[in-house]
Amino acid sequence: MTEKTMSENQSTTVLSVRDLSVGFRVGGQLIEAVRCVNFDLAAGEALAIVGESGSGKSVTSLAALGLLPPNAEIAGEIRIGGVDVIGAGPAGLASVRGTLAAMIFQDPFGALDPVFTVGYQLTEMLRHHRREMSKQERSQRAVELLKLVEIPEPEVKLASYPHQLSGGQAQRVMIAIALACDPAVLIADEPTTALDVTVQRDILDVLHRLRERLGTAIVMITHDMGVVADFADRVVVMRDGRVEETAPSRQLFSAPRAEYTRALLAAVPRIGAGQREHLPEDERTVLEIENLTVEYRGRRGRNIRSVDDVSFRIREGEMLGLVGESGSGKSSIGKSIIGLAPVSGGRITISGRDISALSRREMRKLKSHIGFVFQNPSGALDPRRTIGQAIAAPLRVHDSLTSAQLSDRVSKLLESVELPAHWSARYPHELSGGQSQRVSIARALALDPSLLIADEPTSALDVSVQATVLDLLRRLQHELHFACLFISHDLAVVDSLCDQVLVLKEGVSVEHGERSQILSSPQHPYTHRLLSAVPYPDPDKQRRRREDPLAG
Amino acid sequence: MIRYASRRILELAIVFVGVTFLIYLMVFSLPGDPIAALGGNRPLPDNVVAQLRDQYNLNDPIWLQYLRYIGGLFTGDLGTTFDGASVSSRMAARWPVTITLALTAWGIEIIIGIGLGLIAGLRPGGAVDRTILTATIIATSIPVFVLGVAAQLLFGLQLGWFPVAGVSDGWPTAYLLPAVVIAVFGLAAVSRLMRGSVVDTMRSDFVRTLVAKGMPNSSIVGLHVLRNSVAPVLTFLAIDLGFLLGGTVVIEGIFNLPGIGQLLFDGIRTHEGPTVVGVGTALIVIFLVISVVVDLINSALDPRIRHD
Repeated sequence: MTEKTMSENQSTTVLSVRDLSVGFRVGGQLIEAVRCVNFDLAAGEALAIVGESGSGKSVTSLAALGLLPPNAEIAGEIRIGGVDVIGAGPAGLASVRGTLAAMIFQDPFGALDPVFTVGYQLTEMLRHHRREMSKQERSQRAVELLKLVEIPEPEVKLASYPHQLSGGQAQRVMIAIALACDPAVLIADEPTTALDVTVQRDILDVLHRLRERLGTAIVMITHDMGVVADFADRVVVMRDGRVEETAPSRQLFSAPRAEYTRALLAAVPRIGAGQREHLPEDERTVLEIENLTVEYRGRRGRNIRSVDDVSFRIREGEMLGLVGESGSGKSSIGKSIIGLAPVSGGRITISGRDISALSRREMRKLKSHIGFVFQNPSGALDPRRTIGQAIAAPLRVHDSLTSAQLSDRVSKLLESVELPAHWSARYPHELSGGQSQRVSIARALALDPSLLIADEPTSALDVSVQATVLDLLRRLQHELHFACLFISHDLAVVDSLCDQVLVLKEGVSVEHGERSQILSSPQHPYTHRLLSAVPYPDPDKQRRRREDPLAG
Repeated sequence: MIRYASRRILELAIVFVGVTFLIYLMVFSLPGDPIAALGGNRPLPDNVVAQLRDQYNLNDPIWLQYLRYIGGLFTGDLGTTFDGASVSSRMAARWPVTITLALTAWGIEIIIGIGLGLIAGLRPGGAVDRTILTATIIATSIPVFVLGVAAQLLFGLQLGWFPVAGVSDGWPTAYLLPAVVIAVFGLAAVSRLMRGSVVDTMRSDFVRTLVAKGMPNSSIVGLHVLRNSVAPVLTFLAIDLGFLLGGTVVIEGIFNLPGIGQLLFDGIRTHEGPTVVGVGTALIVIFLVISVVVDLINSALDPRIRHD
């Protein structure tokens, strides 16, 4: 595209949303999801729609392609390239989808049909939308598209099935499919949320280069302020179905106007913001792991080594952050401590006792001193039990209390996680994600453990909720002085919370030491790569980092 | 793949030996003496009985009899009936009838069952869905013999569309009515399974992707949804073919079709051990072969379960 047409395109609006309201009719009631949303997207522009869960950002993007379920009631106007999407019948929508506007989704594996090859799913679109192309032209175009999204060996990958790809490759294929017919608008709904940071970095790079080369306008739906800073020219901030603020990206980060935007930005954990006082050296060691190796039995007798010779120790009142990408073995370490992973070598010592030497009964007693908090808070609570019963369960098993003492203890625990004591009769489905996670924490702390294992406890939560849960953990540890193993993929969270950091890669500990030292001056290149892959929530700083990756 | 196949074949052999031995044991331990039954009401002379017992190796221990039988199987000898005919020639005369009947019923199950399931699953909770559900519940709750006799009365006698019994009219007229009757149960199951499968598939993310890609409904439903939904149904269908082949005893009786079911029934009635074991063995082989074919079909349809 030449300079001149580029500037002409800049002025034309490819997507316009006017007074969009969406409600869902559920059992005769209309539940409002989006109200009076307005925004425009110019040709070649990158617009981010940012918001927390329930803000209506995804509903807005689905409405743009007419993808809402039949019980949705839509008012207002959405125009893509001159076509009124809401008023258009099936034929009108067919002329928009795939050709004028295309969409990619959060979970790339779910979004691809598992039983057809990548090549088929690419070419079927061309066969439908570009009838004039011959079979040969189509497969040529498919190879070209895979090259465009920087997939190695495109000819080979065309014959692959989705399950044979990695998460990053599958998302690239999705992008290739979306771009097959040169749409003017690409809507990306949380396209990197399900991916590791380094993979997220690669996908964002691909999208950056595509914008430069093809001039496709992109709407990026995200909850991540770092991604916004990295990618967007302009930002729409949404909350509870309304637009809180629309501003150019730099202005939004430097001088946010809406109260909510300010709160949202304040809640984003940043690397380098953490501060913790040093612990005295003479604290008792609670957990000691020496040369731990975990091996899962694979097919044909081949063992898969998930943790390889890892050692660390955690003292009373100390928090160690175990950091790594998916498959790095960080959860296996957490599981091996409570005997849920096949330990094939090394020693785990809890409060001075080697767990491999313990009888089943002693082990059970020891487990009462270990609390566990999982990632998915709603999945970790039994839906048929009240939260009071859930918290009381470990107390019933390990302590003998009268029922009055029991309910007194449950009330105290609920209050300690900042929930009202009278909520003990509620059921998990009545709670939000953050509230459920507080209940999980209360349950984990019910027996006053000396060790708390927290496996990605805030990964499923919105940033503002995450901030309050992290505050809670910090406060509780200060009061109760337990040792904590904090497993996370998020370096910024670890930085704000932990004393020590251990970085895992493919089961091997690549770097281990004081938090401040590792996160400010990483020695290992992998730690460096992890750190530089995290997009920084500041457009100017992020641009400098993008231009010069070594600038940190 | 070779490893997988050889493991499957080994499993198959073990199951084959185990099950045939059980049948053999049961049939020849049935109360009543087949030799005595040969004589009808008159007792046979002792020397004749002894000679017959010797001829059919009935004095040997049961495991030796079984080994001899298995040995015969591998040379194509399925044994000899007590009246001197070879079991294999008897079965050969009967198989075509049963196979025709079972395949006709199977075809009806596939086409109508999958079709109804697909229609119901595309609009779950709609009028069509509810009608199909009610109809299938009613159909499955009527016993086969009631359905068979009712069908004979209505379509055979009153309307005169199909022959009431016998195979003299040939395929398809003579087979259609009994085939529909035995297909009803499987057909209902197939349509319920297919419906559930289609509902799940329609909810999946990739269908949303296909809509967003701008693909026409015909290709989304006819290609992607159909192929993703049909795998669990195929497993059932293949197993059901085994049942259709082995479960024709009642229907062949009602419609007087000279198939394998009638042969089996007569064999049991007259203590014809070799015939019963022969038919039983044949049916087992069919089940085993089908179970392997199901696996192969499944892996062809869904690349995720291809074995390496």
